[in-house]
Amino acid sequence: MTTPIANDATPAERRAALALVSPAWLMFVVLLAGPTLAVFVLSLTDWQLGAPTMNFIGLGNYEQLFADRVFWKSFSNTVVYCLVTVPGSVFLGLGLALLIEGATFGRGFYRAAYFLPVTSTLIAMAVVWEFLLHPSVGLINMVLEQVGIQGGDWLKNPNRALFTLAGIGIWQSAGLNMVLFMAGLKSIPADLYEAAEIDGAASAWERFRCVTWPMLGPATLFVTVVSGIRSFQVFDTVEVLTKGGPNKATEVLLYTMYTEAFNFFRTGYGAAITVVFLVVVLALTLLQVKAGEKRTHYG
Amino acid sequence: MKPGGSILGHVLRHLLLIAGLVIMLTPFVWMISTSLKPPNEIFSTKLSLLPNNWAAAENYTKAFTKVPLLRYLLNGVIVTGGIFLLQLIVSLPAAYALAKLRFRGRDILFTMVLIGLMIPAQAPAIPRYVMLYEVGLLDSYAALIIPFVFSAFGIFLMRQFFKTVPDDLMHAARIDGLGEFEILWRIMLPLAMPAMLAFGVISVVSHWNDFFWPLIVIQTGDLATPPLGTLFFRNEEAGSDFGPLMAGTVVITAPLVLLFLAAQRRFIEGVTLSGMKG
Repeated sequence: MTTPIANDATPAERRAALALVSPAWLMFVVLLAGPTLAVFVLSLTDWQLGAPTMNFIGLGNYEQLFADRVFWKSFSNTVVYCLVTVPGSVFLGLGLALLIEGATFGRGFYRAAYFLPVTSTLIAMAVVWEFLLHPSVGLINMVLEQVGIQGGDWLKNPNRALFTLAGIGIWQSAGLNMVLFMAGLKSIPADLYEAAEIDGAASAWERFRCVTWPMLGPATLFVTVVSGIRSFQVFDTVEVLTKGGPNKATEVLLYTMYTEAFNFFRTGYGAAITVVFLVVVLALTLLQVKAGEKRTHYG
Repeated sequence: MKPGGSILGHVLRHLLLIAGLVIMLTPFVWMISTSLKPPNEIFSTKLSLLPNNWAAAENYTKAFTKVPLLRYLLNGVIVTGGIFLLQLIVSLPAAYALAKLRFRGRDILFTMVLIGLMIPAQAPAIPRYVMLYEVGLLDSYAALIIPFVFSAFGIFLMRQFFKTVPDDLMHAARIDGLGEFEILWRIMLPLAMPAMLAFGVISVVSHWNDFFWPLIVIQTGDLATPPLGTLFFRNEEAGSDFGPLMAGTVVITAPLVLLFLAAQRRFIEGVTLSGMKG
């Protein structure tokens, strides 16, 4: 949809438009486009915040980054976190949406209750989780003990800490995926189910297989990608609960970026990590746009 | 989907949903329960929801006196309110122009808005920090507010809304001699209330809960937003005095949870709209 500068637009209209959009243009350039482009430039320098000199070192930061075991650990941890959190929260979200939408009563109640973790302040809830997961006085280990299981340490065991964080991630985002799936379910025309029934799809499972699942296909792709983007940005629980430890077991990309750029003030190096982060998120976003094309029209 | 199935199916469905609910809500329930208990009951191996000896008063008093909890909440209101107000001032005129006026650069600007939607908030963090450092604004309300004044999501959402307003309304207003600013202020704004509310929910929730940015730019305890304040509190307590700590998390979590319970539909609509912004 391209509109050529219409000749019938009056000079007054053009002037008004210019005045109306110029604050947004200015803010866009200064606060978003400028800084985002500056990250790319900074990633090519050896600059440290406050240092008087800045040298262009080409791809030096990236060479250092790709040779750094901590970076690869951080990158693979982030991917593992996503590979656990995304399927977990997508399937849970889908299951909840199907169960709740199919209920004859209590739908509003269930929806609100399962959505609660999404709106609650994650940092505060992370502190609560820390207490729940406490090795000796935490509720989880106390309950496990009642049935004779030694819970052990959830956050300080390097084989387990990342999965514990992923569990919290699933708890927090399942409700969001649930409402996204509910929106998808509502858009399935009811007569499709009637048609399927007439064609012999008698059981609930048959109706799910023949109607719901195929019709939800685009929504599922969309929800999966959106979850992937969110999970890739994991930071809060890491900073509060594990600080990337023990022994880098929960070091994730944004946490590495944060420590390099804002604790050690290795600005150029931190910028290079940001670029890697941004490239992955943008790649996922392009997938989302592809997935969303069937659903949205920017008319 | 249409509701259906056997009685057994219904019973199973609700059993499953309630079992899941118990797990999902346990952190909230245990948080409140612990905030009411004295230390000896918190460390007791006997599990109970309600305390034998109520220690709510002590725990909550301690929470409010140990750290300036009310100050954190006030900071949250100032920062999210400031961000949303400035976002409206920047977004509404641009959104109206993008939807209803013809001018040079309109398609470019809209493309920029769509690109802006894709950029995660952490990407421009380093240069934004450097800019604030250079102008001496780190560790201030300005540092918490200014970086978020441009909202691609806000412009996008409001433009989509303004598109649905019939052109005749504006033509009539122009014939009556109203300028574009007056049309925006007197005609569009009142119509746009529902869309602005949806935008407000997303904006307030995401900035109230934001932790990454306040952690980077704020050092002074008095300027902490609720999430950062929670961290200060946790570090202060060294993670052992659980009663007051849980009382503190109850206070920090309460405003958004209450707001959500009061306006569930708007919340869920808003969050569904934005998809990715929590």
